[in-house]
Amino acid sequence: MKFTKTLLATTALTVAAGAATAQDMTVVSWGGAYSKSQLKAYHEPYSAKTGINIINDDSSAEAVAKLRAMNEAGNITWDLVDVEAADAIRLCDEGLAIEIDHDAMLAAAPDGTGASADFGSSIVSSCFIPQIVFSTTVGYRTDMVGAEAPTSICALFDLDKYPGKRSLNKRPLANVEWALLCDGVAKEDIYDVLATPEGQDRALAKLDTIKDQVVWWTAGADTPQLLADGEVVMGSTYNGRLFSAIAEQNQPIGMLWDAQMLDFDGWIVPAGLPEDRQKMVMDYLFFATDTQRLADQAAYISYGPARESSAPLVGNHADLGIAMAPHMPTDPANATNVFVTQYEFWADYRDDIDAKFQAWLAK
Amino acid sequence: MTDTSAHQPMIDATGVPLKKSLARSLRREKIRALLLVSPLLLFVLLTFIFPIGSMLFRSVENDIVSNVLPRTVVELQNWDAKSGELPDEAVFAAFVADFVVAVEEKNHTRLGSRLNYESSGMSSLFRKSGRKVAEWNPETDGPFKDKLIAADKNWGNVETWAIIQTHSGKFTNGYFLNAVDMQRTPNGIEMQPENKQILIKLFLRTVKMSLIITGMCILLGYPVAWILANLPNRSANMLMILVLLPFWTSLLVRTSAWKVMLQNQGVINDVLVWLGMVADDARLEIINNQFGTIVAMTHILLPFMILPMYSVMQTIPPSYLRAAKSLGATNWTAFWRVYFPQSVPGIGAGSILVFILAIGYYITPEIVGGTDGVFISNRIAYHISSSLNWGLAAALGAILLAVVLVLYWAYDKIVGIDNVKLG
Repeated sequence: MKFTKTLLATTALTVAAGAATAQDMTVVSWGGAYSKSQLKAYHEPYSAKTGINIINDDSSAEAVAKLRAMNEAGNITWDLVDVEAADAIRLCDEGLAIEIDHDAMLAAAPDGTGASADFGSSIVSSCFIPQIVFSTTVGYRTDMVGAEAPTSICALFDLDKYPGKRSLNKRPLANVEWALLCDGVAKEDIYDVLATPEGQDRALAKLDTIKDQVVWWTAGADTPQLLADGEVVMGSTYNGRLFSAIAEQNQPIGMLWDAQMLDFDGWIVPAGLPEDRQKMVMDYLFFATDTQRLADQAAYISYGPARESSAPLVGNHADLGIAMAPHMPTDPANATNVFVTQYEFWADYRDDIDAKFQAWLAK
Repeated sequence: MTDTSAHQPMIDATGVPLKKSLARSLRREKIRALLLVSPLLLFVLLTFIFPIGSMLFRSVENDIVSNVLPRTVVELQNWDAKSGELPDEAVFAAFVADFVVAVEEKNHTRLGSRLNYESSGMSSLFRKSGRKVAEWNPETDGPFKDKLIAADKNWGNVETWAIIQTHSGKFTNGYFLNAVDMQRTPNGIEMQPENKQILIKLFLRTVKMSLIITGMCILLGYPVAWILANLPNRSANMLMILVLLPFWTSLLVRTSAWKVMLQNQGVINDVLVWLGMVADDARLEIINNQFGTIVAMTHILLPFMILPMYSVMQTIPPSYLRAAKSLGATNWTAFWRVYFPQSVPGIGAGSILVFILAIGYYITPEIVGGTDGVFISNRIAYHISSSLNWGLAAALGAILLAVVLVLYWAYDKIVGIDNVKLG
């Protein structure tokens, strides 16, 4: 009797919980200031409009591996995942994300331009719904670089003029491109050179000249911290991290926009979601990736909206009140010398170059 | 009396031979015991052995090629890669037929990334060709040889087909070869080019540094355990808290604390500069290298050494030492000949614990290890979460497991596992 009662009670609870989760949506993102910007610009207005409760899961760093595991277990617990463009390509290749018909599924720009034209080249994979443009660039300690602040990316390799430690990503991306650029390779030839074993050796040889002065970072927060501690003179990181160290925390840090590596971040929808959940996610995406919403996000973080039509709508920082446009990687003044990450190239050569890079690091 | 019992089996009250009834009751006992442990057994099987087994199985599994390209694999068997000639039209037709199905099922990019582990460029070749081939009709649009080569010139490359042929088996030793810096090529098994050889080096470094860390833990932990075991209970408990407190603190917090201590502008360097022991422009490099990893990991793993040592030392009666001394032994002889041998089981248990934990450590080397202080697990993590090359990750994991088992076996032979005591 008692057992039956317990059983009934638990069943009732499960049913109630099931009913509750029907109105819940799990969104996976990077956490920190970035998740906060999404919460303010997308989640809160959407919840107010529809009553759907959005649950944040800060697991984007392990998203690719976890989605693969979920897919194999046949139990997808995430509804929407924020990933870097390179990861979106991987997930699409593995069949772990659904393909998107951007024009049919997403809002058009206010002037009627279709979504795919408005997003333009930021749609790097048919599964990818772009959200922001960010860049990997270099910050430096204004009080440690001497009288003449660096203006070129090649300051990284100039130990005579700017002695001291620098911090670089422990992955080859951006490092090898900058190395070749500063070794005299023309910008448009860099990926052709990098596709050859000799070109890869050449990039590593250039990096070799500063190797004993480099602290290698693995998390985006490392470089701002190392700069703030005075551990390094200069170092690479994401532009939003530098913005918050400079503008929000008033650290004696300056930043370079020269040869910044532009990259995209955006949404993917996991493959294998039940139909009702997928429908809910698509409804959210239609709302959260329209022109106004993308522009709103820029009030909380200095990453540029991926839609062209959003750029004129970018306003001021929500707390500091400063204009955000000049801090965007896509601002014309900042974008005079830009690399756009070559996803196709990196999808092919990432493993190969990474193996060489790690072997070189271990030497 | 003894004679009869030797020839005639002893019989119990019910007339059944005693041996039989004893065996039966023992069996019943065993079944009952088995039933009692069966929930745990089932739990271990389901949550431990099965998942780990299925993960490790990926290190040899390779059915993706023959599943996605079944007809091509069969046709390719008749082709000799060494001839230097492209396969004939039959192979191309079979390939297009397979590929159209694969694109429909969206398997082709997955196969592309699998083959990209063996040869860079396969991933984009499959992705790009997928878009073009999707519109072809395998029945009517042939012949395909020139058409496919026109779609992407890499299909006119003998190497491309040789790679598909080499890796078409259902099972592969390719991942294990990769894990020891070798590779499977159309020309047989070869070493990786020298500038890509890293994994053997990492394995050796992992074992070497784990041994150093274990050694450091013994040196630092032994006196602490000795003091803990020989102090009166009240003060021993106080000291015990000092051992346990870090044990309860988050691993990340402790590792980050070491970062603050050891870095260039960190506490240790600042103090040394202030004392005038090192010059301000020649601060010590004690982080982002092997030294940093050894220091941080020794600290983090120390409780795992102290606790088993302590529990063993507690059981050694102090009267033995007094007896030795009263018989004329010096302090050192009494310690070395009487006390130390009895504490060896504690050292053994602590060493096994620390060594096995150290060999699989990941987060601490990642944070304080720089480039020459990272372990093989950091590479496994990269392949699990970034490159998605789970086959290679599984092979590396299997080798690591084998190394631990071999060392465990060696330990059993040399010291004897019965001599290990956890308390």
